[in-house]
Amino acid sequence: MSENIIEMNKINKWYDDFHVLKDVDLNVKKGEKIVICGPSGSGKSTMIRCINRLEEFQQGSLMVDGININNNIKNIEAVRKDVGMVFQHFNLFPHLTILENLTLAPTRVKRVPKEEAELMAMEYLDLVRIGDQAHKFPGQLSGGQKQRVAIARSLCMRPKVLLFDEPTSALDPEMVKEVLDVMVKLAKEGITMLCVTHEMGFAREVADRVLFMDEGRIVEENNPNDFFDNPKNERTKNFLSQIIH
Amino acid sequence: MNWFIYEFPKWLKKNLFNTPVNSVVSLFIISLGLKASMYILDWTFLSAVFTGDASTCRESTGFCYPFIKEKFPFIIYGFYPRELIWRPTLAMILLLSSFFYVKEPKRWNKYSLWILSSGFFLFFFLMRGGLFLEVVTNDKWGGLPLTLMLSSIGIIFSYPFGIMLALARRGNLKILKTLSITYIEMIRGVPLISILFMSSVMFPLFLPEGITIDKLLRAQVAIILFVSAYMAEVIRGGLESIDKGQYEASNSLGLSYFQTMRFIIIPQAIRVVIPPTVNTAIGMFKDTSLVLIIALFDLLNTTKSSLKDSDWLGFSVEAYVFVAIIYYVFCYAMSKYANRLEEEFGIKSR
Repeated sequence: MSENIIEMNKINKWYDDFHVLKDVDLNVKKGEKIVICGPSGSGKSTMIRCINRLEEFQQGSLMVDGININNNIKNIEAVRKDVGMVFQHFNLFPHLTILENLTLAPTRVKRVPKEEAELMAMEYLDLVRIGDQAHKFPGQLSGGQKQRVAIARSLCMRPKVLLFDEPTSALDPEMVKEVLDVMVKLAKEGITMLCVTHEMGFAREVADRVLFMDEGRIVEENNPNDFFDNPKNERTKNFLSQIIH
Repeated sequence: MNWFIYEFPKWLKKNLFNTPVNSVVSLFIISLGLKASMYILDWTFLSAVFTGDASTCRESTGFCYPFIKEKFPFIIYGFYPRELIWRPTLAMILLLSSFFYVKEPKRWNKYSLWILSSGFFLFFFLMRGGLFLEVVTNDKWGGLPLTLMLSSIGIIFSYPFGIMLALARRGNLKILKTLSITYIEMIRGVPLISILFMSSVMFPLFLPEGITIDKLLRAQVAIILFVSAYMAEVIRGGLESIDKGQYEASNSLGLSYFQTMRFIIIPQAIRVVIPPTVNTAIGMFKDTSLVLIIALFDLLNTTKSSLKDSDWLGFSVEAYVFVAIIYYVFCYAMSKYANRLEEEFGIKSR
């Protein structure tokens, strides 16, 4: 029990009449890397956005690192401190410099002294190989650089879990690799990761489990080699044949 | 010189006379422009009267400078005691210098609010007196200092109120939302004149006997309340323009609602709406002239009153042109400042 950092239990969610998540069960162990794929509209983004409560759900229960996610704003804020998220469209703060983007949350949420936060920020910027851009504004960076900054920004909160919501889908093809490289590096350092992506190479390299979602359900789940080489479910087979050319 | 001989004709041909139609239009506009500038030159200079009195002025068709010279103290300072005029002068200089200091974005820090406050403190101290200065009650205040005071305090205070109203209107709390919408729609549905009237005529009736609130203060509050509603809508426009992803990123980092608003959303929203904000500010700077209907002597009212002097009847054109120039200088300065801010922030965040 205790080594599960995320426990999702029969989660159901509706947008008005539309049933987005149907009895989703998912347990994630500390340090586990999970890749989630599936057609658009299958609920994969919605599911991981439930974990830091960017989306509400109507039924079921969700524990993150022992904290029950409900309507209690204290619990939500506590969970968000421990769960970092990287978005498809980066969502950097355009009016702040790169360095300020990174230090804002540590200084304001965790009350880390400014100098300390800046040192830590520079460390993470170096980790994503972007230290020389610290005093630029997000608008002056390329897409790949922005996404690496976004990753560094969430690392600055020293999260226990990192969520990636299609982190490479909005990037030009030549920039995908630089972002994936950083993600692989992180994965190898042992952080718990849930990643919505269709990057199969990445999934094979780092994932402990690959989930396939369709129409709000987890349809298939397996280790990456078996998942890609001999999928069991018909819908998984169809989906894989469409994305692998 | 070389440029004038070789390049200028080319420039003319390329920009003004490149097609027959353009040539005709250019000639027409140039002749109109020449005619207008000749007229203005004649009026302000060639036929103008520089020294003399009202009768010399009446014999000429030009601008009457002696009138401005004679009425200058009254137009600018109203009924402020003549021998103490150095005080409002210094007060305005100090207030404007504090604005001038604070306006630079690179100086925006925790001290800017102090500098602004001390600017206002010195302004009021010099205007009103006290301690070692003779007291001048505010029914004697008037002219430019009054206009500056009403509009700058109006703009500065309406801004935070506007932000609060806008946040309330977009927030999740039903009661605050309803209150904010009611307030904004009520204030916007009523002309400023009627709010000023209410503040000066009706409001005192509701107060218990013996309690009076200063007329100038009531007018100032009325202006702040009025402009807040407009600022609120301007700022709401900015809030609407911020991408949902900004809220999500901020929330996912663990920032609370107020932190998200203070550090992420409002700074961006305010930048987006610099042009309409300045539009509102310029509008309100000129709208303060409406206080003349509750018998406050702002810049426009002193100008109007200066025309009633029986020795100097009939110089309204001079008076209004003079005061128009003063209004223009301030409005143009605001508009220039807004452009600078836009550029500065635009470069940074793009």
